[in-house]
Amino acid sequence: MTKVSMTVNGRAVSGDVEGRTLLSTFLREGLALTGTHVGCDTSQCGACVVHVNGAPVKSCTVFALDLEGATIRTIEGMANADGSLSPLQQAFQDHHGLQCGFCTPGMVMSSAALLAENPRPTPQEVRAYLDGNICRCTGYHNIVKAVLAASGQDVSAVAAE
Amino acid sequence: MPKDFGIGASSKRREDVRFLTGQGHYTDDLQLHGQAHAVFVRSNVAHGRIRSVNTARAATMPGVLAVFTGEDFKDVGGNPAGWLIKSRNGEAMREPKRPVLAHGKVRHVGDAYAAVVAETYQQAKDAAQQIADDSVIEELPAIIDMAAAVADASNRVHDEIPDNLCYDWGWIEDNRARVDEVIKSAPHVTTLELVNNRLVPNAMEPRASIGEYFPGTGDYRLTTTSQNPHLTRLLVAAFVLGIPENKLTVVAPDVGGGFGSKIYHYGEEALVLTAARKLKRPVRWTAERSESFLTDAHGRDHVTRIELACDKQGNFLAFRTETMANVGAYLSNFATVTPTFLHGTLMAGPYKVPNVYVNVKTVFTNTAPVDAYRGAGRPEATFSLERVIDKMCRELNLDPFEVRRRNFITPDMFPYTTPVGLAYDTGNYEATLDKVMEIADVAGFEARRKASAARGKLRGLGLSTWIEACGIAPSHLVGVLGSRVGLYDAATVRVNATGNISVMTGAHSHGQGHETVFAQIVAEKLGIPESSVEIVHGDTSKIPFGMGSYGSRSLAVCGVAMSKAVDKIIAKGKKIAAHMLEASEADITFEAGKFSVAGTDKAKTFGEIAFSAYVPHNYPLETLEPGLEETAFYDPANFTYPAGAYLCEVEVDAETGKVDVVAFHCADDFGNIMNPMVVEGQVHGGVGQGIGQALCENTFYDENGQLLTGSYMDYAMPRAADLPFYNVDYSCQTPCTHNPLGVKGCGEAGAIGSPPAVVNAVIDALHRGGITHVTHIDMPVSPNRVWSAIHG
Amino acid sequence: MHNFDFVKPSSLAEAVKAMQAEGAQALSGGQTLISTMKQRLAAPAVLVSLTGIAEMKGVSVAGRVMTIGAATPHAVVAKEAAKAYPALAALAGGIGDPAVRSRGTIGGSLANNDPAACYPAGVLASAATIVTSRREIAADDFFQGLFTTALEEGEIITAVRFPIPDRAAYAKFLQPASRFSLTSAFVARTGSAVRVAITGASENGVFRWTEGERALSANFSPQAVKGLKANADDMIGDLHGSKAYRAALVGVMTARAVAMAMA
Repeated sequence: MTKVSMTVNGRAVSGDVEGRTLLSTFLREGLALTGTHVGCDTSQCGACVVHVNGAPVKSCTVFALDLEGATIRTIEGMANADGSLSPLQQAFQDHHGLQCGFCTPGMVMSSAALLAENPRPTPQEVRAYLDGNICRCTGYHNIVKAVLAASGQDVSAVAAE
Repeated sequence: MPKDFGIGASSKRREDVRFLTGQGHYTDDLQLHGQAHAVFVRSNVAHGRIRSVNTARAATMPGVLAVFTGEDFKDVGGNPAGWLIKSRNGEAMREPKRPVLAHGKVRHVGDAYAAVVAETYQQAKDAAQQIADDSVIEELPAIIDMAAAVADASNRVHDEIPDNLCYDWGWIEDNRARVDEVIKSAPHVTTLELVNNRLVPNAMEPRASIGEYFPGTGDYRLTTTSQNPHLTRLLVAAFVLGIPENKLTVVAPDVGGGFGSKIYHYGEEALVLTAARKLKRPVRWTAERSESFLTDAHGRDHVTRIELACDKQGNFLAFRTETMANVGAYLSNFATVTPTFLHGTLMAGPYKVPNVYVNVKTVFTNTAPVDAYRGAGRPEATFSLERVIDKMCRELNLDPFEVRRRNFITPDMFPYTTPVGLAYDTGNYEATLDKVMEIADVAGFEARRKASAARGKLRGLGLSTWIEACGIAPSHLVGVLGSRVGLYDAATVRVNATGNISVMTGAHSHGQGHETVFAQIVAEKLGIPESSVEIVHGDTSKIPFGMGSYGSRSLAVCGVAMSKAVDKIIAKGKKIAAHMLEASEADITFEAGKFSVAGTDKAKTFGEIAFSAYVPHNYPLETLEPGLEETAFYDPANFTYPAGAYLCEVEVDAETGKVDVVAFHCADDFGNIMNPMVVEGQVHGGVGQGIGQALCENTFYDENGQLLTGSYMDYAMPRAADLPFYNVDYSCQTPCTHNPLGVKGCGEAGAIGSPPAVVNAVIDALHRGGITHVTHIDMPVSPNRVWSAIHG
Repeated sequence: MHNFDFVKPSSLAEAVKAMQAEGAQALSGGQTLISTMKQRLAAPAVLVSLTGIAEMKGVSVAGRVMTIGAATPHAVVAKEAAKAYPALAALAGGIGDPAVRSRGTIGGSLANNDPAACYPAGVLASAATIVTSRREIAADDFFQGLFTTALEEGEIITAVRFPIPDRAAYAKFLQPASRFSLTSAFVARTGSAVRVAITGASENGVFRWTEGERALSANFSPQAVKGLKANADDMIGDLHGSKAYRAALVGVMTARAVAMAMA
């Protein structure tokens, strides 16, 4: 076991981990931050996406020890300071961008990363950016719509609600 | 003006808040004090005789607490089939035992024959590997191809079943001679051989189960990823482990999608309970995605030959199909009904075809069990019909819109009994066809096609008009047909003393939004805020009973049970109000949350009545019990029959074979709509899965029974960039005539109607592009297959 | 996953030393290696992370040469190479998905030499030089078949040096499940010399399509390779594409890359 320290959702945390401990395991089991989900073992589904130093990363495909000193943000750190939904989260609810909720943390984290890079993406850019996030429930329509809405764009023309 | 409250409002989903903030509680999120970890030892061969399972070395490895093999479960029950199907000759289907852990033989790659429980997951994993290394499994020839399985009696999945045939089912056998005769003498017969591709459901949350045992009371608790906790309790308790039903609680907390795959009981659930009892510690297991691929019940996998007989104008005279349905290595709980009564009974479609005969041979193979997956049987029926109709239209140079219109059952014909035994209560198929043509701007297609051509793409238009039977199901009918369970549902509506409400429903929400939509219905009926209504689901210790969520039944069966329980609350409320208002019960009306004496201004609010029921100081105690809680069981009188018309536009890149769905239009008739936003979401998801089946999803076992598409590296899940925006209309509404909400169900529609629309569009694009030798391409219509069809 | 000792050197010299340990394996972004380890198909005793070595990161341009540090993630290349070598930046920006691009690196991709990876095509078509802890290796000598390279035990890629072509483009055709390349073409033209590298198609990994190069050297236009196919015998045939299909895609994707390069 080796001690690893990082900042998670603004809080300094540390824990003892093995070499093979993945960031996702450290978050879920070490820190009880179970909002980050693991949906596959080939780094494809994206349910585990978190931000590492601001960039989207699949937390199931990075070792905790490789992130000594890093700044991590997870779905638990995405709401407004008062606990209310952030504009992106609110857009997901307003536009029914989730159903079973399992892929949702990864979708929100990837979408937030997109909007940080590209504040007014086109629908095609949203779809391309979410290539590493698989959703089985929504057919993606309302996810794309939610992200566009969160970017301040008018989505009334995107098939009626 | 759209409603902002109650039935018909697009109320935002309350469950979203926890999911969006990482506060959901899925099974794997639960951490229990003293928990141990189970890992399964799974066969890496498709078919093998177990010569020895040597656990001695594994048992002494660090952290190992217990080891289990098939031997430990050979004296307990098997996981049963829920539906008895009889062959054409009257014989009962063959029903091999499905043990908790394989014993004697392993029958598919992934079949578990041992399990290890250890202090940590990694320790269990290491020990499981050791058992695999130390065991001897003699590999036998794999039985993969269905035709070969039936032809070769010497090679058997189950030694006691000589021809690997579960049953040979005819529907309806009395139709057979007449259908044969009509086809023989018909002016035109179109024949199509097709494959309905095997799919892996791929709920994003892998299956997970946690067993607990409480030695002080002898109680068990199973927390599991289930669409159907009561059925799981029944199967585990009464059939597999022999635990008294009242000593087992099954909890299905937040569940990350199901699509059918989490209806069923799986051996892992029995194992974690058994291990928990033995160790007196919680025992947990979560599937790796590769285990999900290998062991979740798959869907579809039919090979079908369909014949359509018609006159030269395209009036349908008869349909005849011969299907081989792959059931895999064991019978999953609803595996036998899916290719029969959920498929054959739909083979008339929405058409007034007079003669239909369906033959289904269901075959054991050395592959994962196959069972109901979103749509379950009905997508297979719809695909066969809508593809063969399209092919016939091309052969006779008829307009596919006109042909369907000409053959539709018309609104004046309801109730309408089909030649395959269903009684459609209501519908207006032509209305949905007109609607989809309008919203899809069919008139403008030619201009769009030219624009595509200018960009080097072939554009095509594909139609599918579909019907399903859902709201599963009337128990008297399914009982006659072989079901071993009733398919009613139940709900308890508990009005608390302070007037807010807890509803315990037998439905299970794993994405459908019941917590919101069911609350809308209760709130509307009682005239109280939605926020005063809590929906409780997924816990057998809290809910009277329920058969869970699948078959688009949640609203049409469970929702109706709840609605009826609310009616009982109102009826009792009237009695209380009559007493309090000193009026006759017959004079009490209830509206907008108020009990009033008709024709007066005397009234009591719903809250006042509730309070009085619990503080019965002024209350008719001589004739009425205090308290305000009612339970209703509801058994539907018939199936419900949603129907609709779908239009797909594709662009085909002839150089690469790549197909892009550029537009998808749906006009559905779901009867009355409770929450339009949720309905649209259900259609989107279903269509997304249907396009996935049509374009990219393929489950491929090689001749040795190895699953070559066992991960997301090779099983192509549709991604955001692969799918379009969908244009969804549900304004054509013919409310269901036999349930009080007038609802039909919408969960499966998209997956049923969409695949043939996509394939028809691809064939249309090729034909319009002059590539007329291609009459059919099997799904998935992948770039390689399209290119090969064009250039082959 | 089997356990291992994790070391994270902060200089190349330390990394070279760490790689001398028995069973040592370099870990770059880990976007392939970690999945492989989860399946227990790789079980290194020591994992040497290269992500903390500043001297192995970054994109620099000097004249017509661009150098990418081996530990530079794809996302950084997509951004920082965009001006100097847009075709390579576009390639990097199309690998995997954004989260993969945050971690995955050019050095990791080249050392693995997956037959369906994107970078090998860009490196081979550009006639880049692979700089290692021991030597410099020309791209033509580096790729030696499926998952096989000229790298020796313990040798670490430190940088890749790209001569910037006059015109270049990468046309990627996705394998629908993995989003790796099914058959993709990188075309680079410098003066009148044209190099075409194909990835995803061959049983032998990335390769130069000499027939296409000849045709394009004579006439740098999509028409020049129209209808040309690679030799199907050498192609991968699998669920996602037959040998004949991939052979045809070689021509199609090369033509598309040329059209993109000319645009």
